[in-house]
Amino acid sequence: MLAQTTSESAGIVPSVDWALLAPLVILAVGGILLITISSIFPRLRFGGFPAGFTILTAVIAGGSLTRVWNDVSENGPAWVVANALGIDFYTLFVWGTICLAVFFCAAFLDGYLRREAFDGPEWYVLLLMSASGGMILAASQDLILTFVGLEILSIAVYVLAGLHLRRSDSQEAAFKYFILGALSSALFLYGIALVYGATGTTLLPGVAVVRTDNPAGLNPLEDSSMILVGMALLMIGFGFKVSAAPFHFWTPDVYEGAPSPIVAFMASGVKVAGFAGMIRVFWQGFGFYVADWKPIVSVLAIASLIVGSLLALAQTNVKRMLAYSSITHAGFMLVAVHGVPYEGGFRTTAEESLGAQALLFYFLAYTLMVAGTFGVASIVSGNGDAATSLDDYRGLAKTSPVLAGLMAIFLFAQAGIPFTVGFWAKFRVIVSAVQTESYILAGIAMLAAVVAAVLYLRIVVSMFLTDSVPAVALAVDDDDLPEANEEVQAERAEVGTLGPIVIPRAGLAAVVIAAVATIVFGLLPGLGSGVLSDAADALIALRISS
Amino acid sequence: MIDLAFLIPLFPLAGFLLLFFFGRRLGEPVAGWVATFFCGFSFVTTALVFIGLAGEPSSERFHVQKLFTWISVGSFEVDFGLLVDPLSITMCLFITGVGSLIHMYSIGYMHGDPNFSKFFVYLNLFVASMIFLVLSDNLLLTFLGWEGVGACSYLLISFWFDDAANATAGKKAFVTNRIGDVGFMLGTFLLFTSLSSINYEDILTRSDELTPQVASIVAVLFLLGAAGKSAQLPLYVWLPDAMAGPTPVSALIHAATMVTSGVFLLTRLNPVLAQAETWTGGVIAWIGALTALFAATVAVAQTDIKKVLAYSTVSQLGYMFLAIGVGAYVPAIFHMITHAFFKALLFLGSGSVIHGLNGEQDMRRMGGLQKYMPVTAFTFIVGWLAIAGVPPFSGFWSKDEILLYTWDADIAGGKALWVVGIVTALLTAFYMTRQVILTFFGETRYFQPTNEEIQQAWANRVDSVRSDAAGHQEAFAKLEAATEKALADVAKREAAVAKSSEDLISAELAVASASESDDGYEKLTKALDKATKAGPKAETALSKAQEKVEAARDAQRESEEELISVQAQILEVENLANRVEVSNAPVTAGSAGPDISEIEDYLPESYTDRQDSEPHESPATMTVPLIVLAALAAVAGLLNLPFAKSTHFLEHWLEPSLFGNEHHLSSSGATKWGLAIFAIACAATAIFAAFSVYRNNRVDPSKIELDGMANAWWVDQSYADFFGGPGRALFNLFAWFDRTIVDGAVMGFSKGFSWFGRSMKLLQPGLVRSYALGIAVGSILIMSWFIGRIY
Repeated sequence: MLAQTTSESAGIVPSVDWALLAPLVILAVGGILLITISSIFPRLRFGGFPAGFTILTAVIAGGSLTRVWNDVSENGPAWVVANALGIDFYTLFVWGTICLAVFFCAAFLDGYLRREAFDGPEWYVLLLMSASGGMILAASQDLILTFVGLEILSIAVYVLAGLHLRRSDSQEAAFKYFILGALSSALFLYGIALVYGATGTTLLPGVAVVRTDNPAGLNPLEDSSMILVGMALLMIGFGFKVSAAPFHFWTPDVYEGAPSPIVAFMASGVKVAGFAGMIRVFWQGFGFYVADWKPIVSVLAIASLIVGSLLALAQTNVKRMLAYSSITHAGFMLVAVHGVPYEGGFRTTAEESLGAQALLFYFLAYTLMVAGTFGVASIVSGNGDAATSLDDYRGLAKTSPVLAGLMAIFLFAQAGIPFTVGFWAKFRVIVSAVQTESYILAGIAMLAAVVAAVLYLRIVVSMFLTDSVPAVALAVDDDDLPEANEEVQAERAEVGTLGPIVIPRAGLAAVVIAAVATIVFGLLPGLGSGVLSDAADALIALRISS
Repeated sequence: MIDLAFLIPLFPLAGFLLLFFFGRRLGEPVAGWVATFFCGFSFVTTALVFIGLAGEPSSERFHVQKLFTWISVGSFEVDFGLLVDPLSITMCLFITGVGSLIHMYSIGYMHGDPNFSKFFVYLNLFVASMIFLVLSDNLLLTFLGWEGVGACSYLLISFWFDDAANATAGKKAFVTNRIGDVGFMLGTFLLFTSLSSINYEDILTRSDELTPQVASIVAVLFLLGAAGKSAQLPLYVWLPDAMAGPTPVSALIHAATMVTSGVFLLTRLNPVLAQAETWTGGVIAWIGALTALFAATVAVAQTDIKKVLAYSTVSQLGYMFLAIGVGAYVPAIFHMITHAFFKALLFLGSGSVIHGLNGEQDMRRMGGLQKYMPVTAFTFIVGWLAIAGVPPFSGFWSKDEILLYTWDADIAGGKALWVVGIVTALLTAFYMTRQVILTFFGETRYFQPTNEEIQQAWANRVDSVRSDAAGHQEAFAKLEAATEKALADVAKREAAVAKSSEDLISAELAVASASESDDGYEKLTKALDKATKAGPKAETALSKAQEKVEAARDAQRESEEELISVQAQILEVENLANRVEVSNAPVTAGSAGPDISEIEDYLPESYTDRQDSEPHESPATMTVPLIVLAALAAVAGLLNLPFAKSTHFLEHWLEPSLFGNEHHLSSSGATKWGLAIFAIACAATAIFAAFSVYRNNRVDPSKIELDGMANAWWVDQSYADFFGGPGRALFNLFAWFDRTIVDGAVMGFSKGFSWFGRSMKLLQPGLVRSYALGIAVGSILIMSWFIGRIY
C-alpha cells in the first residue's frame, strides 16, 4: 500500500474526494462566505445574522457528517488528498465534537458581543477558520498537513483571545499565548523535520511502515535517535496545545484574559482537536515506539493531574480555577491516551481497548461540560467581562436561580458526580487505566478527582450558601486605597456588574441544551454506544492497518 | 402483542410526570382519576401482553425486549430491557389490576386531603417502579425498581409528616430496608464476578456454572435483601410501623405488591437456589415458618385494626418464604396472588371502617358496625373467610398447597415445618375471627369514651372540685380575718373599761380631797358623775364586743368544718381518679363500655361531638373496589385447583419461568385429602374457639392475649434498647474515630494541599519569560528521556 501511496503523491494534482471532506469544506467556505456577505451588506454585520449563520454552518457541517458516516460504513475508511487526510469513524467523531464546540461558542458569542457592544463577523469567521484547522489536525496523516492544521487552529485563536479591545487583560492574554505558541510551534516543526530526516517521509503510515518494514530494526539512518528526538519535540508541541503540565503555564493567564465564549471554544474545540492530532500522530505514526512514548504520556498525565488539581485550590478567580480544572481534565485525557495502546502496542479489537472508548467519550463529555460552564461564566461575567472572581458568584442562586442551577449541573458534572456525564467520563478513564494495569495512574486520577471536586464545590457553595457581597466590601478587596475604592465603586455602579444579570436567549438555550445532554448522558451512558465503539474501533485500526 | 410490553411501565410513568407537573392544577378529584386511568391503561396493556404470551407454545414464553443500551463500559454492559415471561406478566397483572382498584379507592379515601394530587403522584411512581422491578431483564434495573418502590414507600408512610410519629415510621422503614439492600447489592456483585453478567437470561441459563458454595452465598445474600423488603425475621420491624401511612398505601404497598417483591426475587432466581447447597432451602423455609408463627401470635393480641392486618401480612409472607424454601414456587406465587386479593380487600375494608368512624383505628371501640356499613362488612367477611382458610374461598387453596408441599418436602425437619405451618393457620383463623367479631358484631362501642377521654373527664372533675375548695378556702380566710378583728375590738374595749375605772377612782379621790367651798368643787362632782356613768357604758360595749367575737368564732368554725369536708371530697375524687385505670383489658363482643356515671358531665367535647355522628358507609369509589376484590378473593382459588393435573392452570402457566426447579410431589392422593381435611378442621376449630371467646364470653380473653403478644415479644423494644445503649456507645466510638482520625487526616491533607497549591503559585508569576523557561525545562526533561531511550 505504501508504494502505491508514494507514487500517487508524486502526481501533480491529487484527486480530491470532496464529498468525504464536506464537513471540513462547509466550515471553511462558511467562514469565507460570512466575511464576504457581511462586507457586501454592512448592515448584516449587526444583529443576529453572523451568529445565526455560524450556527447554521455548524449544524449543516454536523448534518453532512452523518452522510459521510454512512459513506464510510459502506465503503470503509478512505485516505483522501493524496493520502494526507484519513476519513474514518474516528475522524468523523472528532469532527462532530468540533462542530458541537462551534455551535456552543457561536451561541454564547451572540449575546456576549451585543453586551460588550462589539459588532462584527470577524469573531465568527475566525471561529469557523479555527475549527476547520482543528478538523484538519484531527484527520491529517501527513505531518506537514498536521502542522498546517495546527497553525490554522492556533493563529485564529490567538487573535480571538485578544479581540476584546477594551480589556488590556485580553490583549495580554493574546500576546502571551502567541509568543509561547510560536515557541512550541517551532519545536513542533523541528520535530517534523527530524522525523522526515529519519524516515524520508512525512506521511504517518509511511513513518510507521519504514519501521515495520525493517525487521532488523534499521531505518535509513541505521538507528532511532533522530526519530526519538523528533517524537519528543512533537510531544512537546501537542503538550502545549492541550495544556498538559509542564507546558500549561499559559493556560491560567489566557483563560482569565480571553473573552469567555472564546475560552469555551479553547477549552473544548481546541483541546479536543489537539488530543485528536496527538493520538493520531503517535498511534498511527509511532505505534512501533509505544514503549518509548507511553511512559512520557503517563508522566505528563500525572503532572497535569497534580498541578491542575492542587493549584486550583489556591485560586480566587473562577476563570482561573476553571483553567486549572481544564489542566486536570487534560490529565484525565492523557490517562485515556495512555490506555489506548495495550502492552506492546498490539491488539485486535476495540472491545479490549477501553482507553480509546474512554478518550472519545471524554471528548464529548468534556465539550458539553466545559462549554456549558464557560457559557454560564460568560453570562455572569457581566458588562466588561470582568465579574469573574469567586465573590462575584456569591448569592447567584438568589439573584439568578436558573443560571446558578445550570452552573451547578456543569460543576457537578466536572467533579464527576454520578448521574452526570462527567461521572461516566472519569469512570471510563479510570477503568481503562485499571485494564492496562496502570494502577498508580488510576490511583492518582482518583485522588485528583477528589481534590478537584473541592474547587467545583467552592463555586457551588459560593453560589448557593452565601449572600452576595455588598459593593463596598468588594471594593475594599479590590484595592486598599480609599480613593481608588470610591472610583472602583462608582465604576461598578456605572457598569452594573452587581446589577441584574442580563441573560441572552441564544446563550441560555445553548446552555440548557448542554445541561440536558449532561444529565441525559449521565442517566443513560449507553446512549449512542454503537457510534462510540465504531469510532474507537477506527482509532485502534489506525495502528493495525499500517 | 408482546411487543407492547414497554407500554406497561410507560403508562404509570407518564401519569407520574403529568401529575408531577400539572397535578395541582388538575386538583381533586381529576388528578385521582387521571392516575387511576393511567394505571388502568397499564393493566389493559398487561392483559394484552398476557393474551399474546398465552397464545404461544409454552417453551417460547421467554422474551427479552431490549429498549436501549443503558450502560456500556468494557465488558460491563447493561441494557434497559424488559423480560416478558409468565412470572413477570403474572406479577404485572395483579400489580396493575389491584393497583388500579386501589387508585380508585384512594379517590374516595383521600377526599379533602390538602395534598390530594401529591398522593397520586407518589402512587403512580410507585406502580411504575414496581413494574420495573418485576419486568426488568437484569438485576440492575430490578434494583432501580427495588429502590424506587422503597423511596415511594418512605414518602407514602410519612405522607402525613406533620405528625412526628409518621415521619419516624417512614425513616424506620427506609433504614431497615438499607440493611437488606446491602445483601441485594453484594449478591449482584458476586453474581457478576462469577458469571460476568447480571442479565437474568445469562443468570438463569448459566447458573450451573456457579459452584454450590458460591450459589449458596448468593442465595443467602439475596435472602437478606428479600427479608428486608418482605419483612421477615429479623428485619420485619418496619412493617407494623408502616401502618402510619394512609390505608390505601398499606393495602397496595405494604400488603399486596412491594412486600412480595422479596418472594418474587427469590422465585426469579430459582435456578441459583437450585444450584445452592440444600441447607439454603432449609434456612429460607425456617425463616419463613418462624416469621409466620411469630407474627401470627402477635396479631392475636393487637387492638389496632391495621396492626392486626400488618402482623397478618408478615405472617402470610412467612408462608410464601416457607414455600420457596421447600421448592414450592408455584404455591408461593399462588399464595402471593390470593393474598394480594384478600389482604388488599381486608386493608381497604379496614380503611373503609376507619373512614366511616372518622379516623378511629381501635377495635375495642368498634363493634356492631355491620348495621352501619353493610357493604364493607360483607366484603370484609369474604376476606376473612379467604384468609382463615375456609373452602371454597381462595386462601384455603393456596395455603393448603403450601402446607402440602411442606409435608412432602425432603429437607431436614420438614414435618416440624408443617407443624409450625398448621399452628400458624390455626392462629390465623383465630385472630381474623376475633377481628371480624370485634369490628362488625356485638355491642356498638364507637360512641364510648376513649381512655384518654375518661382520663380527661376525671381530670376535669378533680379540677372542678378543686376550684370549689378554693372558694371555701377564701371564705374561711375572710371569716378568720373577721374573728381577728373582733378580738382586736374586744381588747380595745377592755382597755376602755380599765381606763374608765381609773378615771372614776381618780375622780373620787379628787372629790374627797377637795372641800365644797372650793370653786372647782362643782366641777369636780360633775366629773365624778360623768366618770361614774362612763364605767357601765364601757362595760356594755365590752360585753357587746365579746358577743361579736363569739359569733365570729362560730362562723369561722362552721366554715372550717365545711372546708374540711370539701378537702375530704377532693381527696376522695382524687383517689377515685387515681384508681381509674386505663382499661387495657381485652374486649369481647359483649363487653359493656367503661362506667361513666361518675364523670358523665365532665367528658370532653370530642366525646359529646361523637354522640351526634353515626358511622356511615363509604362512597361508591371505595365500595366498588371492595366488591371487585371480594369477588376475586372468593374465586381466585380457581387459578390452581388441586383436583386434577388439568386444573393446575397456574402451575402450567409458570412452568417456563421455573426451569424445572419446582419440587415434585410424591405424596399419595389419600395423604393430600387427609391433610386438606385436617387443615379445614383446624380452621373450623379456631373459628369456633374465637367465637366462644369473643362472642359468647366462655373464656376470659385476657388469658389468651398475653402481654408478650401485645408487645410483639419485645423484639422491637430490644432493638431500641440495644441501639440506644451498647449500640449507641459503639456508634459514639465510631463517630469519635471519624471526627478525630478520619476528619483529622482529611483536614490535614486539605491543609497540606492548600499550602502546596499556594507555594506552587509562585511558579506562575505572570511573566512570559518564566513561562518559556518552564517550557524549556519540561522540554529538556522529555528530550532527555527520549535520548536516554536511544541507548
